[in-house]
Amino acid sequence: MAGSDSAIAGARKRRRGMPLRWPSYVGAVPELLDKRLVIVTGKGGVGKSTVALALGLAAAARGRRTIVCEVSSQEHVSRVFHRAEVGFHEVKMADNLWAISIDPDEAMREYVLLQLRVRAARDLLFRSRIFTYLAAATPGLRELVTIGKIWEVALPDRKVRKGRKYDLVIVDAPATGHGVGFLQTPRTFANIARVGPIKAQAEALETFIVNHRKTGVAIVALPEEMPVNETAALERSLTDEIGVAVDRVYMNALYPERFTRAEIERLEAVAGNGDRGGVRAVSRAALSESRRADSQRQQLARLAEVVDAPLRTLPFIFKPEIGVEEIGQLSREID
Amino acid sequence: MAGVAEILDGKRICICAGSGGVGKTTTSAAIAAGMAARGKKTAVLTIDPAKRLADSLGLPELGNEERKVDPKLFAEAGVEPRGELWAMMLDAKATFDELVRRHAPDEETRDRILANRIYQQLSAALAGSQEYMAMEKLFEIYAEDRYDLLVLDTPPSRNALDFLDAPRRLMQFIEGRALQVFMRPTGIGMKVFGRGTSMMFSVLRRITGVEVLEDLSEFFQAFSGMVGGFRERAKRVNELLANPESCFLVVCGPQGEPVTEAVYFHRKLVEAKLPFGGVIVNKVHYESELSEYGPQVEDELIGALDDEDLARRAVENYEDYRALAARDQRNVKRLTAEMRTRSVIQVPYLDEDVHDLTGLMRLNEYLFAAGPKERTAIATG
Repeated sequence: MAGSDSAIAGARKRRRGMPLRWPSYVGAVPELLDKRLVIVTGKGGVGKSTVALALGLAAAARGRRTIVCEVSSQEHVSRVFHRAEVGFHEVKMADNLWAISIDPDEAMREYVLLQLRVRAARDLLFRSRIFTYLAAATPGLRELVTIGKIWEVALPDRKVRKGRKYDLVIVDAPATGHGVGFLQTPRTFANIARVGPIKAQAEALETFIVNHRKTGVAIVALPEEMPVNETAALERSLTDEIGVAVDRVYMNALYPERFTRAEIERLEAVAGNGDRGGVRAVSRAALSESRRADSQRQQLARLAEVVDAPLRTLPFIFKPEIGVEEIGQLSREID
Repeated sequence: MAGVAEILDGKRICICAGSGGVGKTTTSAAIAAGMAARGKKTAVLTIDPAKRLADSLGLPELGNEERKVDPKLFAEAGVEPRGELWAMMLDAKATFDELVRRHAPDEETRDRILANRIYQQLSAALAGSQEYMAMEKLFEIYAEDRYDLLVLDTPPSRNALDFLDAPRRLMQFIEGRALQVFMRPTGIGMKVFGRGTSMMFSVLRRITGVEVLEDLSEFFQAFSGMVGGFRERAKRVNELLANPESCFLVVCGPQGEPVTEAVYFHRKLVEAKLPFGGVIVNKVHYESELSEYGPQVEDELIGALDDEDLARRAVENYEDYRALAARDQRNVKRLTAEMRTRSVIQVPYLDEDVHDLTGLMRLNEYLFAAGPKERTAIATG
């Protein structure tokens, strides 16, 4: 772990005098895993699913009843645990850990069922082509019902009959580009609908998302130039446009610093002398790793400069595939 | 084994597709820069809201029109560009607005759509709209015939299939026959719903709220007059994608999941009879040049370094890489077998991050390397 890197400490110092960007709130904001909803976001391919699951395992290990919600039917959790696809069901994965994959069509159906207690009305609706069409075509409605379901799962008093109560809901959010739009849906609907149940629903969701005591966001980044730029932009729009609390930024997949400067010089010396292929290959691999680790440290320092939320690092895992064991290992370092 | 230049020979459109986070934007930019260096007048179109391409080409902003990349940047990268490189960042919302202006039957309809709150707030977020608008802009620029080659970087969706699916989804949305039946342009909003002809709407009203329906009703009504124009346009865009002058390049990473997705996407391309050009695997951990590797290497290294601890750690590091390299080669082999293609281009995981033209030109040593040269390049990476 490189959490104590001097670059980070330096940036922290510089930031200390800056005013807080988020609105003032009453009482202390709890730590990330003590909240009720944690949204894990970031650009595509940065390891959001892995971080979401590691956070889930960490919370579960502390005895918090935790559920990980997937929203793009990627079924990452079931693959990691070598289970059948979880689908739109709350399935137990480990002690204190459940998973659900939220399909917007199922979420829509459930929403209607909860709204309409009269069977005839429901049947009419589900049989209607207009409803099917409207549900599929209305911009943003799928995102809205998806967030609605996440909120329902997080409620202490579940609307679904015999719904299990969770202490913590972790969302593996869609890749950014769509990510901010996804979280913005409730406000958009609250603005469009001036009255009526959708208005009420959208407002409840909006209030929940921007409540810094209940909801937090963790952004996942990679130690490369462009992901760092995008993370900074994402934090800004989450904070300024959505108003959600960004509690943490994870720099994921950071290479270890295996060799000192002096060691690198010695390896350089032997990498040059030609005939012994093995020595050359091994020392060149070390030089290569050292260059990558250096360049990653530069990106880490840049990230520390450009983000406001506390920054943590997660190590690169040198394994062909990341399974339960590797995520378990990350979960012990993640909080 | 072909390089990008061979794959794109005789092509005028190159579409880089793949799931998020595999380096599509960088690859698209590198291909465009490479073709420009080889004498083509090339434009690269990206829709990425994070302005990644702008960063990589040293452009402060791209806007919804093409900008020429300063030839000086090529010179700084040590390349003499024989062609031209242009780049643009596509604004999906602006493109959608242009489409509405073009297809609206009259000014009143146009203004009603552009002023509709649902259109304003959600047109950019509409399912498939980013993808479709990328194709739309591609079509427009292609029709103007100003470039030898257009390179399209597809939107950053999790799933590459979203791109292919976009025209169908957008048409489904715009046509909306079922809704039109109930919303004959006799009156808007309350009148339509209040007539009591439809129990359906009273139910819908209970779960949504009246005003949402009003706005939606108006939105769909306004759009209904443009269906013909949109449908015709979508058809021509689809024809362009299937055109023999077009070419799909599938971009992926070497890990298990991206490879599986790439194989699936390739199958869909073939099924849809779209022209597949090849696959680019980014960030491959290169196989070591050592065919014989054993415990003697550590002893040799101890001898050379005179430091047992350092030698052991260097070997440990090497073994970590070997494991990743072995995985990557397994996945590339699977990819090659399942796609039954010879056009698999591997780009090694470079020591340094690619974020400028110099970096793009370094990538091109691999993207444009044909045959055994590519192998050598990777082996000495």
